[in-house]
Amino acid sequence: MPITATNDFVVKFANVNGSGSASANGLFVKSILRTGVAVAARNIFPSNIQGLPTWYEVRVSGEGWLGRRGGVDLMVAMNPQTWDRDVAEIEPGGYLFYDSTRPLPASKFRDDITVIGAPLQQICNTAYSDPRQRQLFKNIIYVGVLAFILGIENEVIETLLAEEFARKPKLIPANIEAFHMGVEYARENLAPIGLQVRRADAVGDRIFVEGNNAAALGAVYGGATVCAWYPITPSTSVAEGFTDWCGKLRVDSETGDAKYAIVQAEDEIASIGMVVGAGWNGARAFTCTSGPGISLMQEFIGLSYFAEIPAVIFDVQRGGPSTGMPTRTQQSDILSAAYASHGDTKHVLLLPRDPGECFEFGAQAFDLADRLQTTVFVMLDLDMGMNEWLTEPFRWDDTKSLDRGKVMTAEMLEAGADFGRYLDVDGDGVPFRTYPGTHPSKGAYFTRGTSRDRYARYSEEGAVYVDNMERLLRKFETAKALVPQPIEVKASKPTRFGVIHYGSTGPAMDEAMAALEAKGLYVDALRIRAFPFPGEVFDFIERHDLVFVIEQNRDAQLRTLLMTEGGVDPARLVKILHYEGAPITARFITREISALMDAPAQSEMAR
Amino acid sequence: MTYIAKPKFHHPSLQPNKLGFTRRDYEGRVSTLCAGCGHDSISAAIIQAAFELDIEPHRLAKLSGIGCSSKTPDYFLGASHGFNTVHGRMPSVLTGANLANRDLVYLGVSGDGDSASIGLGQFAHSIRRGVNMTYIVENNGVYGLTKGQFSATSDRGSKSKKGVVNHDSAIDMVSLALQLGATFVARSFSGDKEQLVPLIKAALRHKGAAFIDTISPCIAFNNHAGSTKSFDWVREHNEAVNRLDVMIGRAPITAEYQPGETVEVEQHDGTVLTLRKLAADYDPTDRVRAMGFLQERQAAGEVVTGLLYVDPRAEDLHDALGTVKTPLNALDTADLTPGAAAMDRINASLR
Repeated sequence: MPITATNDFVVKFANVNGSGSASANGLFVKSILRTGVAVAARNIFPSNIQGLPTWYEVRVSGEGWLGRRGGVDLMVAMNPQTWDRDVAEIEPGGYLFYDSTRPLPASKFRDDITVIGAPLQQICNTAYSDPRQRQLFKNIIYVGVLAFILGIENEVIETLLAEEFARKPKLIPANIEAFHMGVEYARENLAPIGLQVRRADAVGDRIFVEGNNAAALGAVYGGATVCAWYPITPSTSVAEGFTDWCGKLRVDSETGDAKYAIVQAEDEIASIGMVVGAGWNGARAFTCTSGPGISLMQEFIGLSYFAEIPAVIFDVQRGGPSTGMPTRTQQSDILSAAYASHGDTKHVLLLPRDPGECFEFGAQAFDLADRLQTTVFVMLDLDMGMNEWLTEPFRWDDTKSLDRGKVMTAEMLEAGADFGRYLDVDGDGVPFRTYPGTHPSKGAYFTRGTSRDRYARYSEEGAVYVDNMERLLRKFETAKALVPQPIEVKASKPTRFGVIHYGSTGPAMDEAMAALEAKGLYVDALRIRAFPFPGEVFDFIERHDLVFVIEQNRDAQLRTLLMTEGGVDPARLVKILHYEGAPITARFITREISALMDAPAQSEMAR
Repeated sequence: MTYIAKPKFHHPSLQPNKLGFTRRDYEGRVSTLCAGCGHDSISAAIIQAAFELDIEPHRLAKLSGIGCSSKTPDYFLGASHGFNTVHGRMPSVLTGANLANRDLVYLGVSGDGDSASIGLGQFAHSIRRGVNMTYIVENNGVYGLTKGQFSATSDRGSKSKKGVVNHDSAIDMVSLALQLGATFVARSFSGDKEQLVPLIKAALRHKGAAFIDTISPCIAFNNHAGSTKSFDWVREHNEAVNRLDVMIGRAPITAEYQPGETVEVEQHDGTVLTLRKLAADYDPTDRVRAMGFLQERQAAGEVVTGLLYVDPRAEDLHDALGTVKTPLNALDTADLTPGAAAMDRINASLR
């Protein structure tokens, strides 16, 4: 039986990268959003510029689920290289749409799916003589066919085309014409399929934005003035986004001068070096990178920890180790960020779930870095960083001002304040600092990564060293109350099962929880939003017999942190891991948790 | 490193500068380097230069990497903020500090291990970017703190204290700096204070990347026969191309020179550099010829010193980035945060 579903299905586009498919696919997604139906779209792309397979997976969800569901209901198979695996991936009863210009043998199809062909190349070759036009308009033509068979309103797409080409209005009629070629072909030769889009009002005032771009805007609102970076996928668009936003929002209207400085450094080491230099000198500074960059930055991160210099690092995680899978997503830098550097170190990690939190934490990170005088990581991943997600609109409270933390001013020094750079005056482990150049005779000190006493005087005395290291631990305790607190979602019935998750797993987890409840399986869910872990995290574990820890890495890195930092019995923390490089799906989580809960004896044995 | 502060009292006859500071106010803690170390002479020259230039000590930031030379910022300008960073990475930290506050004077102190080996990349890129700084390499051709290994500036054929002959060719940081676009390039010798102090003064007043390669013999590990960085060798082979006087503004020149003996170069801030020519036809504003001259004399076994190149109208990194005149670290919420009204427009653009 062909699948029938309205506003609830998955379409996957299989394309060749560099063929211009991205803008057509984006047009398709926006047209559904403008119809008032929630959509989640994800690029699955190669580390390559032209010629290799790329996919775009579109989740249409009337119920508003924004994670990956798993499975494909309609495959738009435009890449002969991946034909076999693309066809194999379609759900039984699903649909295959392909370019039927060249006939394919029956063995290339399946009996349990509906096949829809349109001679796209032939239509293009008839209508256009220029090879580039033949390629680009082919994409728009298939959008036209899809619009007809899925019931998407033509006017919505026409409006979007007009908006997209507002600056090049000459291109509007040509694109609309190509779109209609597809619609007309379908009207004459095809019929609407079982998957349908119907106008709804479920999008509201939400925005559609990439996490990297949101984090970059967060850095602008958070008062960052220095950005030093080195290009690396998938973080590059954080720096590019910051450049764009600053050009719009941070140029002095009278002089045209820039209230920011962006330097593309020679490598990741120089990037973090510049950030540390700027932070030492009182500017808010950040870099953005991915796992390999974190490896390179270790020494400076240790310096920032020990010399107590504010720094912000946006780590957009990808598949590791080594070059790993540069264009695939993972949550595999958790441990290397949490304990970055030689010696005893611990760092603050913020764990956003979506672009909304990328913005919020992106801004907050600078207050935290100044308040705690240390490196703060914002841990994005490729999934939320490089894909546009539907998210609540950004909000800003104009009554807030930047929190520069404990900075001793010339006036305070003049009034006779006792300045010890590493003196814990308030018992929270956080000392006062001075910006260089503050006062002619007071407040200068020598910053170093070497052991020193409370007044910044070099010392190799064991007791002096321990005194300082213990204070750094107190400071880390202080951080627990300042970082974003975990959020618990309780099951609708009391349960002894819990689940802990973080980051981009959130949307799939929401859907999995509903699916589990539909099966009569109840779990309480705790979403961790930062490290160090507030006490509530361990209370949650204490209140449940078994806690599933869901992560997108091989080694259960957050679980390791929970065991190490909270002394939790490993048997109570059951790992559920998804690390193949594509984002985790609701179906995967549901299946794993169901299996573990259906076989509690097995799980209990672990105890 | 040391924790011993120098006593503050001083002889009443010590002359103050225009700001009322005496030379003692530019000193730091007691040096822990070996007695007779060339680096201490360079620290003394820095103290003298800052004193003579009437720099407010707290308006200068001193940064260094790791090594004997990088310890020295503790031994001068005690009222300045200092930052002893990580090995070979001083240039990036200085760059970031400079971006944060363009109003301070930046002095980077490094050594040949710190800047010609692990830090060669950062040295090169900070020079390329035209960071407004004075970058002094205290060049002794040896790893002192780890006891006598060759460094990347050791000349091919020179002999270590243990008698090993260096096979690798030397990195000449002056040639590199010229090629990389440094807008002030000099070489001097720690044993020649008369030459070194004016060079540091001119560099501190230069806008852009100013580089001074200062040969500074290591008394403990590289001052023997067979070394090309020993006091004796450098004295015998030193060929100064010019002698420098630095004038703030158009002050009268006290020394009497014959016409044609001097070249005057006025920097962006009005500082006049008066160069007494020692090598006929040496033009310190011609970068291409300076590079050729250096190569020729080097091949002849000479150590060329003096102000080798200056571009008095150089631009710096802030000019290239078009940053505001106000230091970035002084901008506040109102300058930096676009506010809720802008947010509404941003949200609307993302639907």
